[in-house]
Amino acid sequence: MAFPTRDDLIDFVYEEARMLDDGRFDEWLDLWTPDSFYWMPLDYNQKDDKHVTSLLHEDAFMRKLRIERFKGERTFSQKPKTRCHHVLQRPFVDQQDDDKGEYVTHTSFQYVETRLDDQILLAATARHELKLVDGKLKITHKRVDLLNSDAAFGNIQMFL
Amino acid sequence: MSRYASDRRAIEALVRPTEVHRDIYIDEDVFALEMKHLFANTWVFVGHESQAPNKGDYFTTEIGTQPVIMVRHSDGEIHVLHNRCPHKGTKIAIDRSGNTGKFFRCPYHAWSFKTDGCLLAIPLRKGYKDTGLEESQSVKGMAPVGAVKNYRGFVFARLNPDGPDFDSFFGDSLSSIDNMVDRSPEGRLEVAGPPLRYMHRCNWKMLVENQTDTCHPMVAHESSAGTAIELWEQMDKPEGTRKPMAMEVIAPFMSPYEFFENMGIRTWPNGHGHTGVHHSIHSDYSAIPGYFEQMVAAYGEDRAKAILGENRHNTVYFPNIMIKGPIQQLRLFKPVAANRTLVESYIYRLVGAPDMLLERTAMYNRLINAPTSMVGHDDLEMYERAQEGLHSDGLEWVNVQRLYTQGEDFDEIAVENGTTERQMRNQFHAWAKYMTMTMGGDA
Repeated sequence: MAFPTRDDLIDFVYEEARMLDDGRFDEWLDLWTPDSFYWMPLDYNQKDDKHVTSLLHEDAFMRKLRIERFKGERTFSQKPKTRCHHVLQRPFVDQQDDDKGEYVTHTSFQYVETRLDDQILLAATARHELKLVDGKLKITHKRVDLLNSDAAFGNIQMFL
Repeated sequence: MSRYASDRRAIEALVRPTEVHRDIYIDEDVFALEMKHLFANTWVFVGHESQAPNKGDYFTTEIGTQPVIMVRHSDGEIHVLHNRCPHKGTKIAIDRSGNTGKFFRCPYHAWSFKTDGCLLAIPLRKGYKDTGLEESQSVKGMAPVGAVKNYRGFVFARLNPDGPDFDSFFGDSLSSIDNMVDRSPEGRLEVAGPPLRYMHRCNWKMLVENQTDTCHPMVAHESSAGTAIELWEQMDKPEGTRKPMAMEVIAPFMSPYEFFENMGIRTWPNGHGHTGVHHSIHSDYSAIPGYFEQMVAAYGEDRAKAILGENRHNTVYFPNIMIKGPIQQLRLFKPVAANRTLVESYIYRLVGAPDMLLERTAMYNRLINAPTSMVGHDDLEMYERAQEGLHSDGLEWVNVQRLYTQGEDFDEIAVENGTTERQMRNQFHAWAKYMTMTMGGDA
């Protein structure tokens, strides 16, 4: 692509969610720039990702570790494996800066995670910061805010 | 109530020297008795004073299953009150924290109370004239808990008015709190943000026991810590690349049995104890620039080295908290039901120390203890499998026999091999003691 159109940006967000739902994790890992972060705050409107607790704040190494762990023979909380399902509202394109090659989208979604007889439903918002790298869109930062981030949860095992 | 109510012999029979009966974990009546006796007779952690720094600031929580309010009174002292209007029972505060000003006002009928709980005013009070209200319990206001102690910022309470005093209940075990607080150059901690809240479908005691269970990390956490080490070794990186902070935190979970054997366990009377007497998984973290110099300036070199040389792993304060001094973390295991426990994991800022320490603390908290944590996932999996497995009639007893020696005396402080289950036995000894203390009947 030359510069991504609005549709390209929206398609990217949908495709990312589909990779997670399909379990195409290695493809998903390739969507990210090397110095990117996946952040899930613990508190509503949290500003600080370092000096208070977050639910997730994962760099490339930690994301890779989480994916590799899913595949392990002795990953007991993944025996049997978790499955997930995203339902996305059409993403808003909040920023489209072709000069910098930087783009921001805002997506409301519902997320279902299931394992054995348990199923949880979470409402969340994702903010994707994307960058054009060698003609391809990559994620530099993804922030996921759970609507009830301050609630008591059981295990949440997948990336939202 | 059931076969256990007011039957101290039945309760005592649940604890044997090397095994405990499954009803300790799965029986709802035993759980109800724990709330009535164990959590009323012991000193239970409530909160940290920095959660209510100013007059009128309050924080709501539970002692066992009892809802309470921790509040800073107008004289600057911390009070702990039952969170119940003495009129109709309405909870006075339901938000997790806030400032109530000079008084609490019940949202139902506007009865108001000073921040020490005393009744301040009742609207249309003449309606109680000549009714004998002054003889009622209601007129006394919001009931305070039996006793409160603020120890170096950590607020503990005993629900019963009578019982063991704070110092004799904790004794020398307070040295772990001391070490955590002393790690601040100013000798002061502040809570850093809200806690993680992680719901576990298992009994609260499984979590407390796990804190000194040193034979599970290399097994249950192989999938996270073991995979992390493999990935790090496989990574293309320049010679001498320093391990990232996350690796420093997670890799020691794969330490071999020998490491845990040699780290040692110390038990104190009344169910308290800690792992990491000689070293721990927290011993080899990288130095944070500038911190040691601040500590030397504050304490002198010898004292600074002594404080930072103490790297205790997990300290259990019976009945239901664990602290990590070197990490400035506190985990509160809140009993909800026999098969349900809410785990709240708090972190604290060392006042006057570099922010990078707090960064490591926050990282530890989310990597190890979040509902989204790879390490936490496998722990929870084990607890929930155990909670279900205990219903099997194949065997009614749970084994706590590792490195047991005959005639163990839990009133003595002991330091033993770090893989002993003595601390679990110590907890059950204290459990039986504080369960039956107020049950009556023959000892």
